[in-house]
Amino acid sequence: MEKDKKYLLGIFEDEDKLMEAVHYVRQNEYEMFDVRTPFPVHGLDDVMGMKRSRIPVAGFLCGITGTAVAFGGMTWINTVSWSINVGGKPFFSVPTFIPITFELTVLFAAFGMVGVFLYANGLFPGKEPLILDERTTDDKFLIAFDLNNEHIISKQKEITDLLTKYGATEINEKVIED
Amino acid sequence: MSSEAASVTAPPKGEYHAHHAVESPLREPLIRGDKDYHQITEDICSPTENKPGLLWFIAIGISTTVLGVGSFAVLATLFEGIGMWGVNKSIDWGWGITNFVWWVGIGHAGTLISAVLLLFRQGWRTGVNRAAEAMTIFAVLCAAQFPLLHAGRPWTIFFVFPYPNTRGPLWVNFNSPLLWDVFAITTYLLVSLLFWYSGLLPDFASIRDRAKSKLRKGIYNTLSFGWIGSARHWHRFEILSLILAGLATPLVLSVHTIVSFDFATSVIPGWHTTIFPPYFVAGAIFSGFAMVQTLMIITRKVLKLEDYITLGHIDAMNRVILLTGSIVGVAYITELFVAWYSGNIYEQYAFRNRALGPYYWAYWTMMSCNVISPQIFWFRGMRRNLYVTFIMSIFINIGMWFERFVIIVTSLHRDLLPSSWNMYSPTISELGIYMFTFGLFFTLFLLFARAFPVIAIAEVKTVLKLSGENFKRKKATH
Repeated sequence: MEKDKKYLLGIFEDEDKLMEAVHYVRQNEYEMFDVRTPFPVHGLDDVMGMKRSRIPVAGFLCGITGTAVAFGGMTWINTVSWSINVGGKPFFSVPTFIPITFELTVLFAAFGMVGVFLYANGLFPGKEPLILDERTTDDKFLIAFDLNNEHIISKQKEITDLLTKYGATEINEKVIED
Repeated sequence: MSSEAASVTAPPKGEYHAHHAVESPLREPLIRGDKDYHQITEDICSPTENKPGLLWFIAIGISTTVLGVGSFAVLATLFEGIGMWGVNKSIDWGWGITNFVWWVGIGHAGTLISAVLLLFRQGWRTGVNRAAEAMTIFAVLCAAQFPLLHAGRPWTIFFVFPYPNTRGPLWVNFNSPLLWDVFAITTYLLVSLLFWYSGLLPDFASIRDRAKSKLRKGIYNTLSFGWIGSARHWHRFEILSLILAGLATPLVLSVHTIVSFDFATSVIPGWHTTIFPPYFVAGAIFSGFAMVQTLMIITRKVLKLEDYITLGHIDAMNRVILLTGSIVGVAYITELFVAWYSGNIYEQYAFRNRALGPYYWAYWTMMSCNVISPQIFWFRGMRRNLYVTFIMSIFINIGMWFERFVIIVTSLHRDLLPSSWNMYSPTISELGIYMFTFGLFFTLFLLFARAFPVIAIAEVKTVLKLSGENFKRKKATH
């Protein structure tokens, strides 16, 4: 049987204090397992030194795929597959292709981005979430450290002091049974 | 599970410097009362947890009855065909398309509020976006019933999508604005759904983590896709919302533009005008906001959300109504001017017939509801009066319904060939189908208000410190 997973949790009641604590945790190079907040805290991504997500790139790639599918598809259908003469209008007519090309560009980009978003976050219907503290979707902010990590175990005292110094209201340990 | 905080840049050096956004204490707060984060969760989640009140049961009773009675008309049309309708050779588009365009127009407010106002950084959007987006989706679903039923054989509706088939392959006509409509409405529905649902994930997780029973936890966990609120996820969430908003903004404008092409690309006098796209878009936003007002004034009262949907929100939406209503007014007058200035007798006749012909009452209902009555919102006291706003929101939607009726019926009933001039009035089955969509709309909205968080919990929390009444007071006394 695998060992139970153990986490050290610093709970905060204020997002500004959380950000300050994250800053010093990173300065001391204690590896954080996760930071959880009830809402998107502005500036936290910078404090955590996150790299900007590449979701827009996915959106762009899916978007141009949509453009190509729509424009290419309509061109092929109207000129090669089965041309229909409607009132003598041209088979290959760019202006009339614009609306559908635009719509499919948006549709593909949106689906692509949401798909990548869910995949990158590992979210899907029925997923069993790793809940460290149920209050983090309500009003509490937390920094979690992995207590199966040797370095963190050896520094547990220092980390606890640091979290308390920068305003953690609770320090908890959470055991997830496997 | 891998460490979510792993991909980071070099550790920071030096002291921590906080950056705070500031909003003037003079600006009206977006959240009233003494709120903290927990209280927000409490206020918005509790309607989904407690037994609904008597009002809710009365409302759902009425709406399901309307839905049930209306479905007889739907069934009759399915069995007998659209010969049941009052449409004829001259007026081949009657209530069906009037109602379709009306519902699609109403469906414009939601995505406008959540996308355009997100790009414009309007904080008041957070209070109303969730419900407005839900309304959008339900309105578009209602709209879709009409082309579906007008197809006569709805079970063959998939013929409108281009797919390789054994009939040639016989493809759809990509030069037809009606087909563009198929793509525009489908895309709009799906993208709005994605936008709405991705915003709901964190809020479902909030409900899940409060849930007492195992079943409830399971249901809301499934709905939340296992959301946990990790900082990394929030970062992606914010970027996703921003880019989706950027995509949805031109999409909102494109949908009613394409709906207007159904008319504008034809050669019928009264339809063949280049002003249609902007005029339709303004009209759609106008009617959409009116429907949001109708729903919000009731919802905030019944669910006791007056602290989140404040008079300031109502005021802001009434300003949008005033602006778009005035644009619509200018468009009506421009149409009349251009008809006269064109020197084209058919065009001139079409507009004279609209205002003074047999359907004059429809034209003047439209004019008074859409152009004259919203001018009352120049007065701040009127914009903040709930009774006035509620009555006006109903007036506007009556007016906008008549706008579509006027455009469609008066342009068709006296066309270029006087021998085919005719009159049109709906039959009971057309009335019933319209009723059916009302029942559908309100039933869906009531179920939504019962089971879903009607206000975006996480988004409201982001503006609390900036624009909450108690936080503002604290800042002002410092």
